[in-house]
Amino acid sequence: MSLIHKKRYLSANVVEMIVEAPDIAATRKAGQFVVIMTDERGERIPLTIVESDVAAGTVTIIFQIVGKTTTCLADMNPGDELYTVLGPLGRPTEIEKFGTTVCVGGGVGIGVAYPIAKALREAGNRVVSIIGARTKDILILEDALGAISDRLITATDDGSYGVKGFVSDVLQELIDSGERIDRVFAVGPVPMMKVVCDVTRPAGIPTVVSLNPIMVDATGMCGACRVAVGNETKLACVDGPEFDGHQVDFELLTTRLRMYYREEKEAMEQFRCHCDGK
Amino acid sequence: MENKPKREKTPRQPMPEQEPAVRRTNFDEVPLGYTEGQALVEASRCLRCKRPFCVDGCPVDVDIPGFIALVSEKKYTDAARLIKGTNSLPSICGRVCPQESQCEKFCVLGKKDKPVAIGRLERFVADYERTAGDVSLPPLPASTGKRVAVVGAGPAGLTIAGDLIRRGHEVTVFEGLHKPGGVLIYGIPEFRLPKAIVDAEVDYLVRLGVDIKTNMVIGRGKTVDDLFAEGYDAVFLGVGAGAPVFMNIPGENLSGIYSANEYLTRSNLMKAYRFPEYDTPIARGKRVTVLGGGNVSMDSVRTALRLGADKATIVYRRTRAEMPARNEEIHHAEEEGVAFQFLTNPVEYLGNDKGWVRAMKCIRMELGEPDDSGRRRPVPVEGSEFIIETDMVVVAIGTGANPVIPTTTPGLEINRWGYITADEETGATSRPGVFAGGDIVTGSATVILAMGAAKKAARAIDEYLNRA
Repeated sequence: MSLIHKKRYLSANVVEMIVEAPDIAATRKAGQFVVIMTDERGERIPLTIVESDVAAGTVTIIFQIVGKTTTCLADMNPGDELYTVLGPLGRPTEIEKFGTTVCVGGGVGIGVAYPIAKALREAGNRVVSIIGARTKDILILEDALGAISDRLITATDDGSYGVKGFVSDVLQELIDSGERIDRVFAVGPVPMMKVVCDVTRPAGIPTVVSLNPIMVDATGMCGACRVAVGNETKLACVDGPEFDGHQVDFELLTTRLRMYYREEKEAMEQFRCHCDGK
Repeated sequence: MENKPKREKTPRQPMPEQEPAVRRTNFDEVPLGYTEGQALVEASRCLRCKRPFCVDGCPVDVDIPGFIALVSEKKYTDAARLIKGTNSLPSICGRVCPQESQCEKFCVLGKKDKPVAIGRLERFVADYERTAGDVSLPPLPASTGKRVAVVGAGPAGLTIAGDLIRRGHEVTVFEGLHKPGGVLIYGIPEFRLPKAIVDAEVDYLVRLGVDIKTNMVIGRGKTVDDLFAEGYDAVFLGVGAGAPVFMNIPGENLSGIYSANEYLTRSNLMKAYRFPEYDTPIARGKRVTVLGGGNVSMDSVRTALRLGADKATIVYRRTRAEMPARNEEIHHAEEEGVAFQFLTNPVEYLGNDKGWVRAMKCIRMELGEPDDSGRRRPVPVEGSEFIIETDMVVVAIGTGANPVIPTTTPGLEINRWGYITADEETGATSRPGVFAGGDIVTGSATVILAMGAAKKAARAIDEYLNRA
């Protein structure tokens, strides 16, 4: 059981939670994730570790409310206990001094981009962060990213804040402006990551993406999270979650993410916001 | 013995079971267990051999004639405790051990008649003890002050935990999942091994003083080296062979194609068969195909039937004779209406416009020369491709070594398949103080073989700790 210390809404449907997990806080590295179960009957869902506080023995997670489990999780409060917090899982981000790095975050993916950007900066890289969302109200972590980036560019699809357009458009402009970019990290919705890779491929910029397939055990046992990278099948939980974006089959990732669409809808309909009503 | 007067033969007592038509619609246990009367009749068949060959067939040296004699005296609880002297998990072994190739294979009665139903009697006494609520704890020796870390709470880990704590050592078991039991919890379905039984066996160990820490994946976060740094005097690795194996053929990543590990973990550990009461979903295919001929294949195909499949088929590249599954499991599957397609191997999967599997292109096989395993090698018949329509596939062709421990433990010798090299008699690895046993050493085998390896390792660790 893991005690919830703090909870706050970063936007209408994105929640930040600080939970007790001293062993995880002590050993986790950027790019790693935890698996959470809200209660004994719950699903196991993977969530990136956004930040940790070793002294307090806590880790920070950020999630978007999309289905029953995340709705249930968002309904929990400080003082409540999570049934399971397992981690750190996955391979850490490969951090080196690359030179100039660009971290691209879209939507709730900004929460995943944050620890990567922070670790890159600590390793002595120049960090340019490009973060975006559909509209101003749901753009998260602007201040946090701003504080650790040498340059921060924000974008919204509707132009309500920052540059009007997609983060991939901003990245394209940056490349076109002749700025030297040594490596790009992209995290966000699958179509966003795909387009970012399409932008960096002709420019020959190595691009790392963080994938979010469906997982069950998340320890390399079940194969639910298999993704195609190059000509190989990889398990995102133990071989990833970060991969060379230019090699990833995003179409396969998209179809596999939809595998339980019907069941997810059914669970949500039955649930109707009564976390302990089962 | 030849001179003894011929006694009237008592037939081996059959096991009462749920009717096939009924049980294929529920997840309740299939064999119902002996009644007391049946157990007494079956126990009376035992010849009490002075030289009991049956014990030679038991990887954990259970005193078989001894416990059967106690059954005849109606001392069922004593019988259970006698077994528990060498086997911590009798109600599990009574259910899932392949007795026909172990103890019962060597039973003298089996030469001319059917062997004593040792497994069924073991199950009877263990269930008797548990349901009577009379599970007392054996006296424990004084603490040695030595601490052992056991990695993995499956059959090997639970066995060694029980053995070491009874030798006075302090034992902590680290389990990656949220529930202890390993394959007993995530792999073997409720209808073959009710989870309440696994919980009871685990609870017994906890009452003995074993500390079980769930949600701890050693090798991520904490490593084996960290465990030594924290003051553990020895480490036992019983992490199983948990990595899924696929065939690497086109279309294998289509939706609706599961590894057996995933399919069974969803159903058993996550209780997806009770969705939406439990949150984890599982595909309910109507025409389900399961690849492979082992016990895991039988578990998968019978799960699919219970989840509402109209047609559930085993596709196996050899023939029935070569299937590694227990006869009893194959028989149960047949009774429940599972179809078998032998000498067949898939070569490609075909999907629909939503990326979901809709068919499997297969090729016919024929048996050629024997291979390393002594079984005749299946070879494809050229030009014999044909299509099997299917909307869900479970790939149950074996499992591999999970690389997390091997790749994060310096100095640990690994063989070319990724399994840990360990001494067969002691479980000692190339690292002093690190022992290993079960599937992570042998590759996927049985619950009882893992338990046997754990018993040997327990003796070796005990000696190691007493020397140190």
